[in-house]
Amino acid sequence: MASSPMRKSTLCLSLIGVQAALFLVMLLHANAQKDRAIHQRLSSGILVRRLGLTDLCLFTEARYTRHPAMADRHAAFQDHPMGLDHFPSGSLLAPPTFPSPHARTHPAVPEHP
Amino acid sequence: MRAPIQRYRNILDFALSSLLRRKGRNLALICVYTLVIFVIASLIFFVQALKREARELLIQAPDMVVQRMVAGRHDPIPTIQAEAIRAIRGVEAVQPRLWGYYYDPVFGGNLTVMAASDQELAVDSVWVGRGVARSMRVNEGDLISLRGYGGQPILFAVQKILPEASELVSSDLVLMSEKDVRALFNFPEGLATDLAVTAGNPRELATIAAKIVELFPDTRPIMKTEILRTYEAIFDWRGGLMVVVLGSAILAFIIFAWDKATGLSAEERKEIGILKSIGWESSDVLLLKFWEGAVVSLTAFLSGVLLAYVHVFFFSASLFEHALKGWSVLFPRYRLVPALDAYQLTVLFFLTVLPYTAATLVPIWRAATVDPDAAMRS
Repeated sequence: MASSPMRKSTLCLSLIGVQAALFLVMLLHANAQKDRAIHQRLSSGILVRRLGLTDLCLFTEARYTRHPAMADRHAAFQDHPMGLDHFPSGSLLAPPTFPSPHARTHPAVPEHP
Repeated sequence: MRAPIQRYRNILDFALSSLLRRKGRNLALICVYTLVIFVIASLIFFVQALKREARELLIQAPDMVVQRMVAGRHDPIPTIQAEAIRAIRGVEAVQPRLWGYYYDPVFGGNLTVMAASDQELAVDSVWVGRGVARSMRVNEGDLISLRGYGGQPILFAVQKILPEASELVSSDLVLMSEKDVRALFNFPEGLATDLAVTAGNPRELATIAAKIVELFPDTRPIMKTEILRTYEAIFDWRGGLMVVVLGSAILAFIIFAWDKATGLSAEERKEIGILKSIGWESSDVLLLKFWEGAVVSLTAFLSGVLLAYVHVFFFSASLFEHALKGWSVLFPRYRLVPALDAYQLTVLFFLTVLPYTAATLVPIWRAATVDPDAAMRS
C-alpha cells in the first residue's frame, strides 16, 4: 500500500518549528558569545586606558570621522574629497573635481619598500 | 482534544492550498517581506552592537580631554598648562597626549600616529594596528617608511602588531616613542595635541571643566559623557540615515503588502461565497485568512531576522558595511559581538507581523458577512 503524502500543514508547521528552533539557537549563541566579548573588550580596554584613546576606529576616511568626539564642530570634506560629512549640506555641496589634495603635489606614488 | 486541533489543521491545510494556488504572487510577497525585515533587522543588530561596544570600551577613556582652540580650530596645547590644571582641586592626573594623522600616499589611507610611553617600545620602532599591517603588508620585524615633515623618508622597524581582539580601537594606530613623533611631524617641544585629565571624583568633572575654561579661556574641555553621547548620536544618525534611504523601499513594500492583504480579488470573493454556501461559518473563513496571513508574515519575520543575524555577526554586515563605514580606505576588520535587544526584536515583530495579519482580516470579515449568493455573483 502506498504511503499517503505528507500533509501540507505538517510540512508548514515543521518549517516554522525549524525556524523557531533556529531563532532560539540564535538567542543562545548571542548569550554564549559573552566570553568572547569579555576577552575582546579586555584587550581593547587595556589599550584605551593606557593610551587614553577617545574613539573607536570605525571610519578612517577623515579626521572628523576617525575621531568624532575630538573633531571640530564643522568639517565638510576637509580631508577627503568624497568624504561624506554629517550635515545635510553635504548632499548639496559638490566635492572637488581632482581625486585628492595629495594628487596635485605627489602625482607619482613611490613604491613601498 | 484532538478534534479542535484537527479542525485547525484542516483549515491550515486549506489555507496553504489557497496560498499555493497563487504561488508566484505569494512567493514574491514572502521574498520582499523577508528582504525588508532582513535589512531593518541587520541595521538594528549592527547599530546596537556598535553602540554597545562604544559604551563598554569608551568607559575606559580619559575623564576629560582638554583641547586648545585657535581661530575656532583645534591647535596644539602648551604642556605647561598641564601643571596649572593639575593644581585644580579634584584633578588626579593630567597626561599630555601627542598624536596626529599621517596620510599614506602608497595605499591612500589615513593613519593615526600616536606617542606611547611604553618601556618596551624602542626608539625608531613602531607598534602598528592590524589594519595598518594588512594595508602595508608588513609583519613584525619588517621596516616601514614614513614621509617626514620635510618630505624625507624615515624608516621604522615594526616591533609589534597590536592584538586582533583590539582592532576596534587600534586598527589604524601607529604607536611610536614621543621623540619619533616629534621628529616625524616636526612637533615642537613643550606642545602636545591635547591633555587627558583624570578626576578623583567623576561628579566633580563639570566643576573642573568650568575652572579650566576660566583659567584658559581658549580651551575646550570634552568630558567622557560627551564622548559617549557623541557615539550614541552618531550611530543613531548613521542608522537613521540608512532607514531614511530605505524608507522609499519600505513604503513601496507597505503599499504592495497592503494592496495584497486588503484588496480581495473577484476570485477570492467567489471562493468565500462557495465556502459559506457549503457550510463554512464566518469564523472559519476568518480563521482561514488569519492562517494565510500568519504563515506569510511569521515565515518572513523568522527568516529575515535569522538571515540578518548571520549577516551581521558572521559576515560582519558585509552587504552594507561600506555605506555605514563611509569612504575609508583602511577598513578595520572586526567581528561584532552579538547584542540582541529583546525590546527592539519585539517592536520589529509587532510592527511587521501583526499589521500584516490584521490587515488581511478586515476585508475578509467584510466579505465573510455578506450573503453567499451575493458573494458568488459579484
